[in-house]
Formats: sequence, structure tokens, C-alpha cells
Amino acid sequence: MERSEVLKQFKPDHENMLNILHALQNNNSQNYLSEEDLKIAASYLNTTYSHIYGVATYYTMFSLKPRGKYIIRVCNSPVCNMENSTKVIEEIKKNLSIEVGETTDDMRFTLELSECLGKCEEAPGMMINEDVVGNLDNVDFKSIFDNYN
Amino acid sequence: MEKVNVIIDGLNLIAKSGKTILDVATENGIYIPNLCHHPDLIPTGNCRMCMVEVEGRRGQIIACKTPVEDNMIIRTESQDISLIRQTTLELIHSNHIQDCTNCHNNNQCKLQEVTAYVGVNEKRLNSLRRTKPLIEKDESNPFFTLDHNKCITCGICIRTCNEVQGTNALDYGYRGFETVVSTFGNRSIKESVCESCGECVVRCPVGALYPKDEKLPTREVKSVCVYCGVGCNIYFGIRDNKLVSARGDRDSIVNKGRLCVKGRFGFNFVNHPERLTKPLIKKNGEFTEADWEEALDLVAKKFASSKGDKFATLSSAKVPNEDNYVIQKFTRAVMGTNTVDHCARLCHAPTVAGLVQSFGSGAMTNSIDEFTNAATIFSIGSNTTAAHPIIGLHIKEAKRRGAKIIVANPKEIDLCRFADIHLQQLPGTDVVLLMGMMKVIVDEKLEDSGFIKNRCEDYDDFIESLNKFDLDTCEKITRVPKEKIVEAARLYATNKPSSLIFAMGITQHSHGTDNVLAISNLAQLTGSVGKESSGVNPLRGQNNVQGACDMGALPNVYPGYQKVTVPEIQEKFEKYWDVELNADIGLTHTEIFDQIEKGQIKSLYQVGENPVLSEADANHVKKVLDKLDFFVVQDIFFTETAKYADVILPATSFAEKEGTFTNTERRVQRVRKLVDPPGEARDDWQITCGIAKKLGATGFEFNSAEEIMDEINEVAPIYGGIKYNRIEELGLQWPCLDKNHPGTKFLHKDKFSRPGGKGRFFPISYKASAELPDKEYPLILTTDRSLYHFHTSTMSRRVKGLELLNEEELLLINPRDADKLNLKNEELVTVKSRRGAVRVKTNITEICPKGVVSLTFHFHETPTNELTICAIDPVSKIPETKVCAIKIEKTDHNIK
Repeated sequence: MERSEVLKQFKPDHENMLNILHALQNNNSQNYLSEEDLKIAASYLNTTYSHIYGVATYYTMFSLKPRGKYIIRVCNSPVCNMENSTKVIEEIKKNLSIEVGETTDDMRFTLELSECLGKCEEAPGMMINEDVVGNLDNVDFKSIFDNYN
Repeated sequence: MEKVNVIIDGLNLIAKSGKTILDVATENGIYIPNLCHHPDLIPTGNCRMCMVEVEGRRGQIIACKTPVEDNMIIRTESQDISLIRQTTLELIHSNHIQDCTNCHNNNQCKLQEVTAYVGVNEKRLNSLRRTKPLIEKDESNPFFTLDHNKCITCGICIRTCNEVQGTNALDYGYRGFETVVSTFGNRSIKESVCESCGECVVRCPVGALYPKDEKLPTREVKSVCVYCGVGCNIYFGIRDNKLVSARGDRDSIVNKGRLCVKGRFGFNFVNHPERLTKPLIKKNGEFTEADWEEALDLVAKKFASSKGDKFATLSSAKVPNEDNYVIQKFTRAVMGTNTVDHCARLCHAPTVAGLVQSFGSGAMTNSIDEFTNAATIFSIGSNTTAAHPIIGLHIKEAKRRGAKIIVANPKEIDLCRFADIHLQQLPGTDVVLLMGMMKVIVDEKLEDSGFIKNRCEDYDDFIESLNKFDLDTCEKITRVPKEKIVEAARLYATNKPSSLIFAMGITQHSHGTDNVLAISNLAQLTGSVGKESSGVNPLRGQNNVQGACDMGALPNVYPGYQKVTVPEIQEKFEKYWDVELNADIGLTHTEIFDQIEKGQIKSLYQVGENPVLSEADANHVKKVLDKLDFFVVQDIFFTETAKYADVILPATSFAEKEGTFTNTERRVQRVRKLVDPPGEARDDWQITCGIAKKLGATGFEFNSAEEIMDEINEVAPIYGGIKYNRIEELGLQWPCLDKNHPGTKFLHKDKFSRPGGKGRFFPISYKASAELPDKEYPLILTTDRSLYHFHTSTMSRRVKGLELLNEEELLLINPRDADKLNLKNEELVTVKSRRGAVRVKTNITEICPKGVVSLTFHFHETPTNELTICAIDPVSKIPETKVCAIKIEKTDHNIK
């Protein structure tokens, strides 16, 4: 979708800033807010570039770097941590050959950490985009990731 | 304002309601610690230091954001307050590099001040202190450094950039421990939209933002900025006979402490090693040093043989009034000619010609600080934030107070960010735009008929000429949608007080005087002149261009705009100067060069000007200068024009002399000697007096600039009461008729200064610019200014930092034009007109509309005025530097 089409869904009010940034990020094929995205949002909301940059860098759900098609968010909150999420993270890192915050060379996956996903009964857990995957103690990560192309 | 009773720490105080607790405490000498407060800024209360307790209210409240109320009982100290302050302060310190003795702000640091008052628990602090990774200092800006490691994130710099400067380069970025003051994209300052004004540096309470090359001065002296016509007051710091610092005078009504990048950081040219220090005489094509006696003897001998019609003087809008007075007196009284002119001819000659006809005076009708209270500001043909940055700040302040801003400019200039309406007329079509607006005003009966009837004349002739302008034609010629013309007209006519600002975009046309007359018609039509915050305001370009005009460095008037053609005036000056004077109007700037070409003028005396770069069709000027028998250049640097001289006389800069500059609002302000001149450089008036004496003249026995001003008081009635002892602190605005006259804040209050006291309407018709685009030369070239340079950059390019911030000329061109020509950004192209060619890199930008390209004229490597056309306005003789036709060629086609 053209950026202008995305913006049209919202009134140019300051209170819509976060919704607009989310919509622009979702609309971006690389799952991030490019400088062009930020500038067009600033102009639409009649605010300054530096202000919109401040907002976008404040919230961890926004990325200013291109990300993979699928974002893996491994829960690192206390319950998952007690169920050894550290090991899960290490396994995923090994499997995808990336560090936390990085993206695979084929731009498929980005690995991030997340606060509680609300699925403590299935700890340790993670999200891949909108899908929640739990009980990760002894799983074959490769076969999970193969479902996401 | 209503008064309230408050008790602070047991003291009964009376305060104005609406003031904050912090303000009231500070005014009464009660200290409340604070870090993020600054009197110029809206309080945010984010440092949590100014906590106080108010009886009857729970917990602690923030003093900087809470207004006082009647019978409020306030405590500034308690155990709880101490604990909160101390804890907060320790948290700030835990992230702050402890490098006080080596810090630029040592002893002036607010964090030190607050720490001394509040105290910290060292043991606890040490346990809190984290080894934060060092962030590299941002050294990208040539004038100041940003050291994040000392930043206390008080936000004063961010708010200054937003609220004072309106640039919005900074905001908080990231969060938690990672929070930093950040530009968009967290780029370096130089890569951001920062305008390097340094206002944030001045206000930083700690050492996070500090000037690079500034030293603490031995002493400070107040003087006036030498760049533009705003006339900002500056305290210059002096150490070891050098200028080492500059700070704005917060008490000045002109700039209120604020300065632009040139004013604050652009003074180092004074100390430059290339300053002229000895007279130079050209012998066998080479300049050789000479002593003053030899140089003045030669000048006097040569001038003696070219008196009268053979002689011309180009005086200077950069030198003080006293120097201009002596120079024009020398030309008239000694050389026997009225042919003395200066660069006002190239900027505001149509303003003087036009406004004198319609109002009786060619100056700004209002004062600068009146802009702030205008309800509508209409800026046409003025790139205010670049050419008059501090007036730009007044406009932004007005906007914040709710004023509506109309900008009429062919380009989308920076000021458009603040505009409610942007009228993007095609260059050269201003008359049509203005007449279109007036048509709307008359058709909708929005005119001020009382004002027209009581204060103006010749209205009917004007109305007849107005009928030819229907809105469809206006839209077609100007390319401005007619709805916008209507909207702007209604706003200007109804949302009063309306103030109109204009500059070179109006004047530098072959119909410049018509443009100015159209403006004066518009102001009279709506009754928007002769009132506070409402008038017609030409922004003068050079620091003393107003003064040079006032002093009669013009071919048709003596000092104080007294016409040379009026016998009684001539008689008065003959009597005062004790000589016979020439009754003929002299030649103008452009005519002087024509007469040199024809062999009529043999000798030229030029002070502080650089026509080889500043004159339209500069190639013509170069050819002509070669024809002179004798050419004297008096300057502070070896300019591009100085190469053509026979004798070069080294003059003092503004920093080395006493005198006065008159700023754009007619305010005569004191210029003071700050340092000794380099080498043997002399004051301009001393040099001119020296030549006069060698020629046997009397009346040039001045001992000081003040003695010259005494003579000016006698002969120029509008300067009658302007005495040095009256302007030591605050300048006086002319007319100031005698020593008790308070000066004049705004002109034409009850009557216009024209004979008869009425304003005059003028019928106007549209004349197209002299050279319009055609098949061969399809684009319009218009000229502009950069914030970082001044005029031909003789001074500004000798300031390393200004040079770094704007290193080269760039041709602004619209993406659609660039596409058509298959040009890339920063591609080297050749710009050709019928008169010359310039090679320059492109800057593809929407700032320029399709069909219009833009260049400045600051760079001698790319002399823009070799392209411009010397088509002159018949009345004021100004050349049309704002419109000419050009073509662009890809440079690789030209490489042979």
C-alpha cells in the first residue's frame, strides 16, 4: 500500500501517532520504520522530524532497522526464565546463526526478546509474528521455522 | 495585573498573580534550586529540584510550574524536600562525568551550584554511579561541541531549539538509561537541520554544549553586529587585542540577547592574517607596499586632475555613518560632483524611490519589536530567516502568540514552515499578485474607507488601474490559485494589525519601483500603515545601508534626504561647508559604470564594496574597470575588485573604530572600538579627510567620529538630536529632531511625511520582467542568500566555521526540471545565460518550483552575477538580479 493510503485511515491528530507508526511499520515490507516513514508521519501530524524520531526510539515495538519477514519474540520474563528460556534463546541463536536483535541473511527471521506473553502455563514460550508457540523445552526449532517461508 | 499575598519561608510577600512560585521567590532573593528552568522557556518541571511544600496541599509541588495564589503559605525546605532533592541529584550525578576542573562550564555550572546547595551523600552516590560507556563527543559543528557524557537531560537545549529558534533540530531520543538529546536519525549536529545559532549552547546549564574556540575574555565591550541590517547588540569579549567571544545583549530591544550564527560566531575575520595592513600602489602591474604619505600624495594628485564629471565615488553600506558623511562631503565639496552612490542602489533603491513618493520616507515604518504584536504578518520577497535571522525570530514569536503569517515567495523558503498561507508566485509577477489581492479587498468592500478619505490622495486613478486585474488573469500570470489570493487578501485586510515585510524579492526588478508602489497602495487601502505593529517594512540588507542613505551617499540628496536640486538646500550646505556646490543630480551605481565605459568618468574612489561579484552582469563591470585612468579601493581585505585598483588603502574594520550604524528600523546605535587596527590600517573617515587635506580643502579637521556626528546633527534635521551621550545604552530612532526629541518608534502616525501630509495612491500596470524564458534559455534564474554567508563573503568566508558550514554554491533545481535534463544530485553542470556561464553543482529540491532555479552570489568561484541581467528599473536604476533566463548544460558535454 502507498504510504498516503496508510495515513488516510487516521485523522491527523497527535493522539494517533502510535497507531500511525504501527500501521506504517506493518506496511513496510521490511517490517521497520524507514526514515521516509518517519518523515511522512511527521509531516502528516504537523510535528517535527526530531520529535517523531524521539517517539519511535522510545518504544521497543518499533524498529528503525530493517527486520525479517517473521519476528521471533522469545519471552524472557521471570516464569519463562525459570523454565530455562536462556537455553531456548541459545538454541534459536545457533539454529538461525544470529544474535538477539539480528536478522538472518535471507531476511526471513529477526530474533528479539519480549516481556511476558501471558502464556506462562506453556513456558518457555515465544511468538512468531502473531502466532504463540509454547512448551519450547525440547522442540526441534528447525521444523518450527520451516513452517515460515 | 492583580496582586496576591503569599508567604514564602515566613516572609510576607506581595506578588503578581499568574507568576510562578519560583519566579516570585527568585524576584525576592529566595533561592530555590533548579536545573531545567530558564526564563526564556516554558517551564516543564522535569528536573524535580524546585520541589516546595504548600500548606494545605499534599506532598511536594513543583515551584517552576505552579502559579502563586492568594494567601499561599510556601516552604522551600523540609526534611522531605531535602531527601527528595538529594536523591534526585545523586541519580543525576551518577550518570554525569565528574570532570569539573577541566570543564568549559566550571564555575558557571548550574549542577555545581545546585550540588553546593543541596549536597550529596558521597557513599551512596558512589554506590549508584555506574560505569556508563562513554559516548563519543559530537564535534561535527565547527563552532560548538556536544558532549552527551555531561548532559543532564534537562531539555533546555531541546526547548530552546523549539521555542526560541523554531528549528526543532533536537528532541529526546531512546529511553531509560539510554536517553540522549538526539537529532532526527541521531545524526551528527552538522548533518541535522541545526542552524548553528548557538542559542542552545548559551543556555546549556552544564558543560554538555560548549563553544569550541571561545576563550574567557579580559574585558567585554558592547557594539553592533556588522553583518545584516537588523543591528543586533553584542558584547564582544577581548583578550590580547583579539576578539575572543560574543554574546547577545539581553537588554537590547533589537535582539533581546539572541544572535544568529554569523553574529555569534562570525567575528573572526577581524583577526584574519589576510587583513590589509599597508597602503598598496600598483607599479608595472604589481602591487607594492607604500607609506601613507606616498599613497595619499598619489591619490590627491590624480583626483585633482579628475574633478567634476570625471569623478565618481562608491561609498559603503558597511562603514559607519560618520565615515559615509565624510565621504559624501568630500565628493560634493572637494570633487565638485554629486556622483556618490553605494550598494543601496542594488538593493533598496526602489524602496526609497517608491515609498518617498507614496509616504514621504523610504524607511521601515515600524520598529522590529512591533512585529511580535502584529495579528497578521505578510512577508513578500524576503527570505527572512536566512537574510535577517533575528527578525525571523520575531516573526516566529508572533506566530507563537497567535499571529497569522502570509508568505509570498516563488520558493518554499524556511519561513513557509510557519506560514498559514504560502503564495508561490512566479518571479517577477508581484505587481499582479498584489493588485489581485487589492481587487479582492475592493470588491468585497474590505478597504478602510475612513483612512483612504482622511489620509490619502489620488485614490480614483488607482482604482481605475485596478479594474484591469481580474482574478483569472492574476492566477494565470502569477500561477497562484485565485482562492489563495482571496484568502490572503481577506486575512491581510481584516485580521489587524497587519504588518508587511519586504526585501530584495520586491526591489531587484526592472519594475522594482512599481512593486513598492503596489505595496504602499495595499497598506493604504487597508489602513495598515502609520500605526503600532502595522506598516510597511523594507528590511535593509547591510548593517549600515540605512545610515549610508541617511548620510546622503546618494547622488540626489544631501544628508537627511535633502534634495540637491532645491536651491535653498544647496545654499544651506554651501554656507555650512563654505564651498560652491554642484546643483546637478549625480550618477547612480549602474550609470557610473556606463559612464566609465564611455570614457566620461576617469577616476573612481570606492570604499568597502565588491562590484565585481555584486553587480549584475559582472563581466561587463570587469571590462569597464580596466578602462579607468585611476581607481582607488579602500577596504579591509584584498577583494576580487581590488585587483583592478591602482591604489589600495587599508581601512579599519567595525571592531577597530568608533561611530554609529543605523539599523533597518532607523535606530542609530553606537559602534565601539574593540581592538587596535592591524598594521597601519586607518579609519575610513581619517583616510578621506587625509585626501581632502592634501587637496587643500578645509572642513575636514575632525579629531574624532563624535565631532563628525556633531556636524551631522547640525546639517541633517532627522539626525538633529542624535548625540553620542544619548545613545550609549539604547540607540535612538530617527526622525530625532533635537536634543530633547525622544526619537520615532513608528512613522506616519497622524500624517505622512510627504509635503501636505497625505499618503498617495499610484495607478499601476503590470510590466513583465526584461528577460523571460524562451526555447533557448528555458529556465528562470532567481538569486537568494545563505544564512551562513554575507553578500560577496569578503568577511564570512574568512571565518573558517562559516566556510565549513556552507562550502560551495549549489544550484537549487526542481526534481521535474532535473529529470527532464537527466541530472543527478550534486552533478556538476554549466549554467548559461546570454551574458556568461557558471559551473556549479546541483541540489535537486522541491524548494524551487518547476521552471525556476536559484543561486546565491556568495562565491567568487561561481560568480552568479556574470549570469544576471543589467536591465534597470527606469525610476530607481536598480538592476534586475531576481529574474533572468538561463539554460543548463551537462558539464561533460563541455569538456573539450
